[in-house]
Amino acid sequence: MAAVMRGSASRVWSRFGVSIGLLLVSLLMSASVSAAIEVQDFQDPALASRYADLSSRLRCPKCQNESIAASNSPISADMRARVATLLREGESDKQIESAMVSRFGDYVLYDPKLETRTWLLWGLPFALVLIGGSVIAGFVIKRRRLAQRSLDDDERDRLASLVARHRAAGSEAGEDTTAAGAEAGAGKLRARPKGEN
Amino acid sequence: MKRRLLLLIPLVLFVVLVVFFYRGLSKDPAARDSALLAKDFPSFHLSTLSDPSQKRDRSLLEGQVTLVNVWGEWCPTCKQEMPQLLELADRGVRLVGVDYKDTRENGRQFLQEFGNPFEVSLFDPDGSLGFDLGVYGAPESFLVDADGVIRYHHTGYITPQDVESVILPEVKKWQQ
Repeated sequence: MAAVMRGSASRVWSRFGVSIGLLLVSLLMSASVSAAIEVQDFQDPALASRYADLSSRLRCPKCQNESIAASNSPISADMRARVATLLREGESDKQIESAMVSRFGDYVLYDPKLETRTWLLWGLPFALVLIGGSVIAGFVIKRRRLAQRSLDDDERDRLASLVARHRAAGSEAGEDTTAAGAEAGAGKLRARPKGEN
Repeated sequence: MKRRLLLLIPLVLFVVLVVFFYRGLSKDPAARDSALLAKDFPSFHLSTLSDPSQKRDRSLLEGQVTLVNVWGEWCPTCKQEMPQLLELADRGVRLVGVDYKDTRENGRQFLQEFGNPFEVSLFDPDGSLGFDLGVYGAPESFLVDADGVIRYHHTGYITPQDVESVILPEVKKWQQ
């Protein structure tokens, strides 16, 4: 009895294993199907990875924003086929890119080339970060200097007289002459020199 | 006063951005110049649509200004474009067709049905010449000068207004 039960349990488990295996295989296959519409068979895995890289870096000229790897349009299929052919003929990534640019224009490159015409495009983000950073740094330095500055003699006199007046007012009103009350009053007063400018 | 002016900087930057974005709204994102402008027409060796044994090459485009039109039977806007091409041919413009990614039978039928404005139609079934021209959708037209250099590129269909306002002036400009 126990042996039979054990047998059926192991059968259930092995069936479970098989179905998990099938699921994994089908998932893997669907991933490779969606990655490239037609299968390019490269003997050399290095070529295959360069193909995947190039076709995701080249933009479909017919589409607004799709790489030729992702696009279903006929021109993307032509371009993928040409990329594969040129790779097999031993051309470098640079040569393949420029072959595409010479026909379809700079539009097909997701990353425009760095040249005099495009220095503004590439340089502007860095320039903006620099400008923004120096403005913030300026604010921080100014704040810090203000915070570190101690009171001069006039301010100290004024503070002392204000505290004295506050104490006098407190003793008139009642019993609010505790240390806490005085401290709170001084805190309020200390905030003033910062605000002046 | 100087500090006050500094406060205006963000506003000025914002206005500049608004101007750029607003201009972007009214621009056609698909419109861009061909990469082949001012370059030689790519070399080719193709048979004509009418005669599979007759091969033509780049010398076909030398000697006079030619409008090369890339078309195909499968392309609906090419049908709408044919009356304009016929008018251009009538007015003395030399036209050469490229039957792009088509079958010979369909291409011939198309010309029978819609008229044939072309001196020659090249037959490009696998789109090799189209690829070298950077064609990504028919119809497209290339104006080639007498030296075989591409001078003007028209993406999409030539409207009846384009005939008078764009194509004929361009042809005249490069005929001189």
